[in-house]
Amino acid sequence: MNNAQEIDYRKSKRNSRIAWGVAIFFALFWLVVALVPFVFMIVNSFRKQFDMLSQGVFHFPDPWYFDNYPNIVKNGFFGYFGRSVLIVACSLVLMLAISACAAYPLSRMTFKARGLIYAGIVAMMSIPMHVTLIPIFKMTNAMGLRDKLFALLGPYVTFALPMSIFILTAFMMTIPKEVEESAEIDGCNKFSNFFRIILPLSKSGLSTLAIYNGVSMWNEFAFANTLLTSPSSKTLPLALGQFKGEHSADMPLMLAVLVLSALPMIILFIIFQDKLVKGMMAGAVKG
Amino acid sequence: MNSLQKAKAKSTAIAATVFLAPALILICVYMIYPVIDTFVTSVYKWNGISSDKIFVGMSNWNTLIHDSKFWASFMHNVVVMIFSILLQIPLGLLLATFLDASGRKANIFKIIWFFPYLMSSVAIAFLFNYILATNGGLFSAIATLFSGHKVNVDLLGRNPQALFAIIGVMAWQFTPFYMVYFIAGYGNIDTSLYEAAVIDGCTRKDYLFKIAIPLLGPIFKTACTMSLIGSLKYFDMVFNMTQGGPAGGTELMATYMYKLSFSQFNMGYGSCVAAGMFILITLIALLFQKVFVVKEDY
Repeated sequence: MNNAQEIDYRKSKRNSRIAWGVAIFFALFWLVVALVPFVFMIVNSFRKQFDMLSQGVFHFPDPWYFDNYPNIVKNGFFGYFGRSVLIVACSLVLMLAISACAAYPLSRMTFKARGLIYAGIVAMMSIPMHVTLIPIFKMTNAMGLRDKLFALLGPYVTFALPMSIFILTAFMMTIPKEVEESAEIDGCNKFSNFFRIILPLSKSGLSTLAIYNGVSMWNEFAFANTLLTSPSSKTLPLALGQFKGEHSADMPLMLAVLVLSALPMIILFIIFQDKLVKGMMAGAVKG
Repeated sequence: MNSLQKAKAKSTAIAATVFLAPALILICVYMIYPVIDTFVTSVYKWNGISSDKIFVGMSNWNTLIHDSKFWASFMHNVVVMIFSILLQIPLGLLLATFLDASGRKANIFKIIWFFPYLMSSVAIAFLFNYILATNGGLFSAIATLFSGHKVNVDLLGRNPQALFAIIGVMAWQFTPFYMVYFIAGYGNIDTSLYEAAVIDGCTRKDYLFKIAIPLLGPIFKTACTMSLIGSLKYFDMVFNMTQGGPAGGTELMATYMYKLSFSQFNMGYGSCVAAGMFILITLIALLFQKVFVVKEDY
């Protein structure tokens, strides 16, 4: 190596070290930004009602106060929690089944209106749900479902459909055609093809959709707030408002509610986080 | 076409119809019909409960066009939209680039950076109401710490700070989503491309700026479209955090519509606002698509 080359090499090495330094500083900075609100939430949920103002936010609770959590549970927290689990589970199963069914012909059959239907469904992705709020409120009343948990089923399933069909169609297109053809020779029709071959091969796409839509259904507010009115039918996102109405000044207690409602999603995410990126790579990004 | 082909085409059409029917029926009932119904209701005066709907023609629409509150909310939406795109997407790209460059050992960063996206907008609204509180909030506490005497930082009680506080919280919430999106984008780039670039004497930096980021182009477009539509219909957090206040300073189209319809029970005019919102969002999205396509052609 001659001299000039060596200087060049050293220079680029030093530059890249500086670049890494800056990058790591920024990475740590964003780590703090992402984490501080969570720390604030968790630490302060272990205080007594008036300790927050008198002790200041930088002091650890003194003494640690654990009664906020039992208090919430006593006030019906798991009712809200259970209803949320129920509606999200039902909506997810139904939504995944329906969108897999719809994505199958769109990705693997040739028929006349295919392009048109696909374009139509993709266009539905940009319909803001708020525009449909008043008519769906009217429809729910007319169906006698007002203030019933399952009034949410139709809207939850439907508003997740366009995006899910779009992603699953892209996903199913990547399954080689030969798999199906050989099955057809063996005497499979379209229906058994779908259940025996395509559906099992789409598992990773389906699980990503389950994660994304599960998060957004778990957190959904506008439909729930419009269609549910009594505390005995409300879901978890509405529980926050309900608790606030009953304990308006008790900030630590409210923070404990927040901790308990965010926890399930965080635990599930840590378990399934690998699926998240893989599924995105398979579908969403191609758009 | 012989008869066998015809029979096959027919059976395919039947199978396709059966598979597509549930999705199409639901979309018609819960999306297409409601949008049409919103436009129909927009020409009535109606309180949402009583059976007498009074036909008022275009008078709601006339009110809407001259409604300064609606246009102020629309402008707030536009400000939120611009800053969302300027903050969330570059930040998301930056985080994704860091993760892509450092590989699996930075996985813990990825997990923690994603946390904010897992909280519901309602929970975030409550949490940041406490964090941004004038008295006892985190920002006031930090300011007090650095200045040595008691300072009250009032972020949500004044304009225009309130709107920018909301924009900041939105960036906190949604940056992780774009981060994962761009990680997936980087993942889809063929690794042989990087190997070839290295053989040709590319440094990591050259590869990043001259190959990888340009290849993300189409993904940028989709990400921007999502951010754009998302911020024009934003609702949950603002509705729970400021209720559109102070003095309408954070009112958005969706919160304005919601309050008209479900607090004041003015559903005729509420529908009109919703329909106007639908038209504006569609126009902006189409315009954006058009501008972006033209740019790509150069």
